[in-house]
This record gives sequence, structure tokens and C-alpha cells, in this order.
Amino acid sequence: MTLKNKFLIPLILFFVLVGFLAVGLKRDPHEIPSPLINKAAPAFELPTLSGDQIFSPADYKGKVWLLNVWATWCVSCREEHPVLVAFTQQYHIPVVGLSYKEIQPQETQLNQLPTDKKLQLARQRSQLFLNRLGNPYVLSVLDMDGRVGIQYGVYGVPETYVIDQQGIIRYKHVGPVTPDLIDKKLLPLLRQLEKT
Amino acid sequence: MKRIIGALVFTFVFSNALYAREAHPYSEDPVVEARLLVLADELRCLVCQNESLASSRSELADDLRREVRDLIRQGKTDNQIKTFLVERYGDFVLYRPEVKPITWILWFGPFLLLLIAMWSLWRYLRMRRDALLQHQQAKAQSIENPITPQD
Amino acid sequence: MTPELGHFSLILASVVGLILAVFPLWGTINHNVAWQSLARPAAVMQFILVAFSFACLAASFLNNDFSVAYIAQHSNSLLPRPYQFAAVWGGHEGSLLLWILLLSGWACAVAFFSRSLPLDMVARVLGVLGCIAVGFMLFILTTSNPFNRIFPTPADGRDLNPLLQDPGLVIHPPMLYMGYVGMSVAFAFAIAALLSGRLDAAWARWSRPWTVIAWTFLTFGIGLGSWWAYYELGWGGWWFWDPVENASLLPWLVGTALIHSLMVTEKRGSFKAWTVLLAIAAFSLSLLGTFLVRSGVLTSVHAFASDPSRGIFILIFLAVVVGGSLTLFSWRAPQVTLGGQMGVVSRESFMLANSVLLVVATGAVLLGTLYPLIIDALNLGKLSVGPPYFNLVFAPLMVPLLFILVPGTVAQWREAQLKTIFNKLRYLAVAALVSANALTIYLGPWTWTTALGFFLGLWVGLSSLQHMVERVRKPGRIGGSFWGMHMAHFGLAVLVMGITGVKSYEVERDVRIGIEDVVTIAPYTFKLMGMQDVMGPNYKAQEAEVHIQKNGVYIKTLRPQKRRYFSSAMPMTEAAIDTGFMRDLYVSLGDPIPGERPEWSMRVYYKPFVPWMWAGILMMVAGGLLAALDRRYRKSTHDTQK
Repeated sequence: MTLKNKFLIPLILFFVLVGFLAVGLKRDPHEIPSPLINKAAPAFELPTLSGDQIFSPADYKGKVWLLNVWATWCVSCREEHPVLVAFTQQYHIPVVGLSYKEIQPQETQLNQLPTDKKLQLARQRSQLFLNRLGNPYVLSVLDMDGRVGIQYGVYGVPETYVIDQQGIIRYKHVGPVTPDLIDKKLLPLLRQLEKT
Repeated sequence: MKRIIGALVFTFVFSNALYAREAHPYSEDPVVEARLLVLADELRCLVCQNESLASSRSELADDLRREVRDLIRQGKTDNQIKTFLVERYGDFVLYRPEVKPITWILWFGPFLLLLIAMWSLWRYLRMRRDALLQHQQAKAQSIENPITPQD
Repeated sequence: MTPELGHFSLILASVVGLILAVFPLWGTINHNVAWQSLARPAAVMQFILVAFSFACLAASFLNNDFSVAYIAQHSNSLLPRPYQFAAVWGGHEGSLLLWILLLSGWACAVAFFSRSLPLDMVARVLGVLGCIAVGFMLFILTTSNPFNRIFPTPADGRDLNPLLQDPGLVIHPPMLYMGYVGMSVAFAFAIAALLSGRLDAAWARWSRPWTVIAWTFLTFGIGLGSWWAYYELGWGGWWFWDPVENASLLPWLVGTALIHSLMVTEKRGSFKAWTVLLAIAAFSLSLLGTFLVRSGVLTSVHAFASDPSRGIFILIFLAVVVGGSLTLFSWRAPQVTLGGQMGVVSRESFMLANSVLLVVATGAVLLGTLYPLIIDALNLGKLSVGPPYFNLVFAPLMVPLLFILVPGTVAQWREAQLKTIFNKLRYLAVAALVSANALTIYLGPWTWTTALGFFLGLWVGLSSLQHMVERVRKPGRIGGSFWGMHMAHFGLAVLVMGITGVKSYEVERDVRIGIEDVVTIAPYTFKLMGMQDVMGPNYKAQEAEVHIQKNGVYIKTLRPQKRRYFSSAMPMTEAAIDTGFMRDLYVSLGDPIPGERPEWSMRVYYKPFVPWMWAGILMMVAGGLLAALDRRYRKSTHDTQK
């Protein structure tokens, strides 16, 4: 019984394949890593919830802060909201909220309103939400049409970015923030950034 | 009388045709739209289960198409638009992977496989032909020199 | 009660399957004829038990038994009857039960139609099929049980996905699975041959009809899926190189190589090792496809809900079955003797060349499908590989394949002269070249890709016709094999013409249309006459009435719909299609557009040559059937010759 080299090739190739498939089982094909990590946070100027202020990421140079993309219509955001509130009460890291497309495309009648009325409505809805469920945000800006979201590579809500003192994005998390994530990923990173 | 009726019918039929207007293209600018369609076929809808930006009906796809339209109007080339999206969403957004070291195996693999296959095939056929020649020679020899039992 | 009966029957079936898997094979090792004889009755028993289990699930669906979790997820009391039945395979668990029903069915068929085979071969073939069956049944029973109950019983089910509520669902998966599962028979024969050490022309002759039938079903299943996507999804696409589609194409490509290789092995005793490897590969790709679709490793519109634990089970099963067979192969293949003599130019070598090309194409599609997974597994990031890649890589591989096909049918066995072949084909070549270019110029601006596509189609098509005409003139019976082969090749040619035509000349118009407005794609005009609301059994729809005129003359009314199913928020588009000999006219209704004048978004497509695609596939299926039903397979041959 001899095993000629060439007849073993299919078997070897097969086991290499199985190896890849086995590793693949542990991966999530829906998760898209962000190419913006270690790049400058894209600039923007958006109106804030509270008044006629305009906020830009440059305003927070010198600070380590979080940008949290959310909306009142987003179910997962409600899950993470208490976690965020607790986080900001415990640690004094500023969290800026980005209200993403608060008035949705399917709300056709509302979409026909003039821009300032839409903005006002969006402010009201968001403020109501925050009043009821707590406000973890030091301030919140409104991205009405999702363009700023595209600049940041937002593809789903909620998403959270960690931005350092130089305005560089250091970390992005897609999906609700969990206590586990805070302990294992966010806090170590934030501590590390604060040291520099 | 027939003429009058004929004229009335004629007018009626033609006035119908006059009222039939050509439907407008869905988009305001068909030239931009045509370019968008071609480009969007090569881009992936990020939130869908494997659909192109051209065919997806999701919200994000609408937003991204709007973005691409704007970029087309600004005069950007296809490559610049693709780069714009890759900078924000990564290589995942391209259905046609860029040719770079990490995709060399992908792009050149099939061709390499073809070359290896053709080379193996050639070697195998040569081997078979040699076997055939040997067989024919052996046959020819045995006809010339029939083996007679000696012992 | 019925679900429990079904569950119990399945458990019994797995016990019988275990007997089938163990005893006959063992009986071939220790030459125990009694144990070998267990094979046939065990296979039949297994089928009866699985069929009963399936019937129980189907009955529960038809009785709206929503206490069964699977039924609650995939059915609804308002769902029309035929779809209530088809919903049995609308989800992961039920579709697996269909898989095992068909597998045990094939095994039962082999048990019945194998009188001419020696007992030890039957024992081995059925034994291998038993092993596979047991694996799947264990998979179902441990991770994917369709009979699980749910408490409390919901008042009504969640309904079948509206996309699946279509006649396509009723036939596409069963046909496709018949193909996938049918490849297991060729696989079982190959393993049986390796185990017995008897790799010869007789094995090829036994294997062939089973493999051709499986290939025919697979061709039909893939064609149905493509056609279904075309008319159901609303934008006239028919192939997306989606991972699940690729998962069905891969065994088809290897299966095509296999049926041709089996033919050479039977006739000339050549390529034995290659044929065995192809048989193992075809079924392995079926199993791989099962893994890809159900494990969640790849993103696809067709994928079932994924669950990593299921993925692990299938992967282990895959590793054991394929790893085991490839190990057996590497052990036995070196002992295989070379078959009949063959020259560098011969019918054998042409066929081998195409066999190799098909395998290279398989490799390319497999590479493209798995590349994102490989890159991700190596932590090198996430990328996508889509239609632009596959089209660019697959089409060039098909060109030499189609070209070589014709000399392959003309060349003599064993040794052929290039000069003779050239002389036989030169008129055909000129005819194909001239007519292809003429057609391309007539239909529109000449491009080399269109001309090449038409040339290859005409090259293969005219050649098949030539063969058929020449043969009919000669005396003597013509067998099913002959008609089958040329019919299938002709069908392939028609398919190639169809694809070339539609890709070169299709027109799409995306418009906002009001009542009495017209869309013109010369010589056709599409006029929206009116809109009305329509009620369906489980949906409400807006229906447009579109009048089509050709050259000013009315020809047809199309009624595309936009449906809202009660059970889901997803609006669904039901396109309306007018099919002619040379073209499809396709209208798809979109959403109403707010504005002073009532308008709707609508897509109108002119799709020339599309009917040729479906006709070509049907011809290939007919060809496969003709070949499989050739007289000599139906005669009872008592052949123990090696």
C-alpha cells in the first residue's frame, strides 16, 4: 500500500479548506470594520438639540470623548440607553449624541414640511425621549439627512466612536453598548488615551 | 356625410394620441442616472443580505445613491467615487475587489490554475502518447520476432 | 399526536439507517452474505419510515397545527393550500427533512433497480448511502427538529415569506435537492468501487444512468431557480453569483464533467481515477453547499437562519465524509491501471481538456465565493467578491470550453488527425462565423463580445444539428444516448445565444408614469390605462393596467401589482411579463409618487432572447432524460464481465 504524492493533493487541499471554514464559523460576516480607525474624525457643523448652537468635532480638541449615533425610532438604542446613562454618571467622559435621521423617509407628510419645521420637530422628539429615559449626552447634534453619518461610515444605528485629544478616531463599535463592552474594551482604551 | 364622420373619427383617434404623453424618466437627469446605474451595480448595499446598490431598496442604499449622484454631478470620476466610499466603509463596499497584493490570489488564481491544469494535461497526454508508442513498438517487435518456447 | 408520530418515525428511520450503514458494509469485509442482503430491505424500510415522517409534518401543516414551532414560523391560516404544503420546505428544518426524504428515496430506487449488480456492490453502495443518511438524520434530530412544540400555542402563524409564496417554491427546491442528493448515488458508487478495489468499465456503466438523472434534475432545479428570481424579484435579473447560487452551480459544473468522464471510462476504460475523483468532488460540493447555506458563514439572500452549532455539526460531517473518501482515494487510486491507449489528439483528449476546463471553472467560482471568508479568517479585513469578478473570470473560461466541444464530438476515439477534424469542420466554422457576425450587425452595433457569443452558440448549435441530420440519414436504430447528447448540446447552444442576446440588447426604462402616459421602447409602446385595488387571499394589492402596442397595434394587457401581505410589512412587487418567441416585455410597478398629478414609479424592460435561455435549459433537461432512459440501461443485463 503506497501513497503516491499526487493523489494526496485533493485531501490536503480539502483540509486546508476545512480549516478556513472552521475559523469562518466564529466570524460574523455582517460586521464591517471601519477604515476610519486612526484617521481624523470627519469635520462637520451641525445644529444642537438645545439651542441655536452649532457643534463641530474641532470644538472638543484636547479632550477624549465618545460620539454615539442614535435615534428615537431605534429599538436597540433603547437597550443601550440606560447603559450609557449609567456610564456617564460614573465616569466623566463626555458623550456627544448624533441624532441620525430622526424624521424617517417613510414619514412622507412630515418630510414635506419646510426644513426649519422639520428640525424643530426632530428636536422635540429627541428631547422628549431624553427627558423620559435620561440624558447621557453632554450635548446632542442632529443629522437630519444622514450625510454626516455617511462621512463617518455609519450603516446601522446605534454606533459609538471613541475620539482622542487630537480628534483621531480610535475605536468604533457597531450595535448597542453593553456593560461588558465598557469593561473590556472602552475603559481600558479610555484610560490609555487619557494618559497621553 | 361619410367624410364628416371620417374626419370626426380621425380627429378623435388622433386627439387620443395627442393626449398620450411620454412618461418622464424617474430621475431628473437621465445621464447622471445612467452613470449611477453602472456604478451602483459594482457597489454593495451594506445592510442587505448581498444586494447591489443598484437593486437594493433599503434606506441606506437610497442615501448612498443620493451621495453618489451628488458626486457624479460634481464631476468626480468613477474611481474617485469608489475611493470616497472605500474611505468610509472599507473594501467591503466594492463588489469588484481592487487588484492589490491581498487580492492577487483572487484575480490571478484562476488564470494560474488554468495554466497549471493545461500543463498537467499536456504532460499527461504526452505520457499516454509515449505509452501508446511503446505499445505499438512492442507489437511490431513481437510480429517480427515471435517468441518461440525454447526450453 | 401527528408531530410526535412523525418524530418517532424519524428516530426509527435513523435506527434502520444505522443498520443499513453498518451491517452490509461489514458483510462485505467478512464475506457474510446474509448481512449484505440486509442492504435492500433496509433501504426500503428507511424510505418508508422517512416518508411517513414527512407525511406527518405535511399533514400538520395542512391542519394548521401552530403548536409546532416550525409551522408557527413558516405558515399561516390564510396561506393558500398549495403553499401550506410547500411551506414544509420553506425553512431550514423542513428543507432538511425533504433532503433526507429524497436521499432515502434515491437509495430505495437503487435497491429496486440494481438487479444486475453483484450483491457485494449493492451492499457497499447502499451502505454508503446509509452512512450519509444517518449523518443527516442525526443532524435533524439533534439540532434541527421540525417537530418541536411551542408553548403557548400561538393563535396564528407568522406566515411564509411572501417572496416564497409562488409556484416556484413548490417545485424549485425539490428539483434542486433531487439533483444535489442524486450526486450521492454517483458518490456511493465511486466509494463502493474504491472499497472493492474494482475500478473498471462495469462500475462506470452502472453509475452512469444514475448520475445523468441527478444531473438532469440539478440542471432543471438551477434553471427553475434562475427563472423564479427573474419573474419574482421584479428587476429582471436571473443570476447574481450569490453564494447560495454558486453552491448549486459548483456541483453542476463538476457533475457535467463527471457524466462525460463516466462515458469515456465506460467506453475506453480510461480516466478511471479522474472519474472517481470527480464523483467524490460532485457530492462533496453538494455537502459544502449545504454547509455554506445553513451555517451563517456567508451572507446571502437565500441563506437560512444561521446557527453556529448547526454549522459545526455539518462541518464535522463534511470533514468525515469527504476526508474519509479522499483518504480512501489516495490509498486506492495509485493501484488503478491505465485504460485504453490514447493519442495526444483523440476524442479522449478533447473530452479530458473540457473536463479540466470545467474543473478550473469550478475552482474559480469556489475561490471567488470563499475568498471573503478566507481573508476574514486570516484577520486581513473584510472584502466583497461580486458579479463583476465572477463575470470577468467565468466567461473567458467558457469560451475555450464551447469551442472544444465541437471537435470533441467529431474526433475519432484513440487516435485522431487534426487535419481530418479540420476538414470536417471548416464549412461549419465559416457558416458560424458569417451568421454570427451577420446577426450581430443586424441587431445592433457590432461588438466583439456579442459576435463571439453568437459564434460560439451557432458553432455548437449548428454542429449538433449537423450530427443529427447526418445520423438520421444512416440506417440503424438510434439510441437515447445519441439524441440525448445532441439535444443537450443544442440546448446549451440555445442558452448561450440567449445569454449573449439579452446581455447585449436589453433595454431598461425607469419612469414616473401617470394615467394615459406612454413609455416607448421601439417598436413597443406601454400605456398606463388605470390603477385599481385588488384583494388576494392574504394580501391587498395595487394593480396597474398597462396596454402594449407594437407598431401602433394593440397586442397585450399586462397587470403588474404592488402587494402588501397582511402578515409582513414588506411590500412585494409582482412583475407582469409578456413572453414571445424572441423577447420578454417586462413591467414592474413601483411606489406612488406624491405630487399634484397621480403618478407611479414604474420600470419597463425589453428583454430580447430571454425565452431562449429557458428553452435552452429545458432542452438540456430533455437531453439528459433521453440519455438516461436509453434502452440499454432499461434492459436487464446479467453482466459480471470486468
